Amino acid sequence: MNNSRRTAIKTTGAFATLVSLGIVTQSQAQAAVEQASFQVKTLDDALKAIGGTPATSDQVSVVSPDIAENGAVVPVGATSKLPNTTEMYLIVEKNPTPLSCAFFIPAGTEADVQTRLKMGQSTNVIAVVKADGKLFSASKETKVTLGGCGG
Amino acid sequence: MADPMRIRAALAGEVTTVRVLMSHPMEPGTRKDAAGALIPAHFIRDVEATSNGKTVLKAMFSGSVSQNPFLSFKFKGGAKGDKIVVKWTDTKGESRSDEAAIA
Repeated sequence: MNNSRRTAIKTTGAFATLVSLGIVTQSQAQAAVEQASFQVKTLDDALKAIGGTPATSDQVSVVSPDIAENGAVVPVGATSKLPNTTEMYLIVEKNPTPLSCAFFIPAGTEADVQTRLKMGQSTNVIAVVKADGKLFSASKETKVTLGGCGG
Repeated sequence: MADPMRIRAALAGEVTTVRVLMSHPMEPGTRKDAAGALIPAHFIRDVEATSNGKTVLKAMFSGSVSQNPFLSFKFKGGAKGDKIVVKWTDTKGESRSDEAAIA
C-alpha cells in the first residue's frame, strides 16, 4: 500500500468537499495549490513547480543591482516584451525558499513589475515569465555584502 | 489591524503606474530571536489590485519579500479619478484593503 498516495487522495477529497461546500472559494483553491511552490528548497524544484525548464530569452529582463549593500532590501524588477505574458515569477537562486513571488498579469496590464526582495548571499536572480503558455527566463547576478535572511 | 498601505497611482499618457507600500513584518520563518528560537513565519501571501472592480494585478509573495513590501506595476485603461483598491492576505489570515484614486 502506498501511504503517500493514500494521504494525497484523502487530502484532495477533503479539499474538494470544502470547495463544493463553498467554504473555500475557487480562487483560494487555486492559490492553495500554488502556495506549496513557495515552500520548495531548490531551484530545480521551484522551476518544476512553475511548470518546467524555461528557455532563455532576450525579451525578458531582470532589474537588480550589481551590488546590494543590504540583503534585506534589494530592489528587484522584471519586464517582458513578449506578447501575451500572463505570469511572472522572481526566483532568488540561493535563498532557503528560492521562489520569491509570482505575478499574474491580466490583459491590459503591462509585464513590468518591481518589488523588493531579501537575499541571504550573493546569488543569481532569475525572472521566469509565461507567455502564450511557454516559459522564458532571464537571470542576473547580484552580489550581497550583508545577508538578509538571518540564521 | 496593520497600518494602512500607501498607494500612489499616476496616469501618464494611457499607462497608469501604481506604486504600493504595504506595512508588514514579513517574517520568513527562518530567522531566530535572541534566545535562539525560530521566529514563526508571518508574511503576506496574496495581493490583489483592482481598478473600478476589474483585476489589474494578482501577486503571491513568499517570506523572501522584504519587510514592508513595495510593489510597482503598470496597466492600460485607467482614467483620472478611477479607484484603485489593493488588498492583501497574510499567513495568519489577516487582511487589509486600501484604496486610492488615479491622479
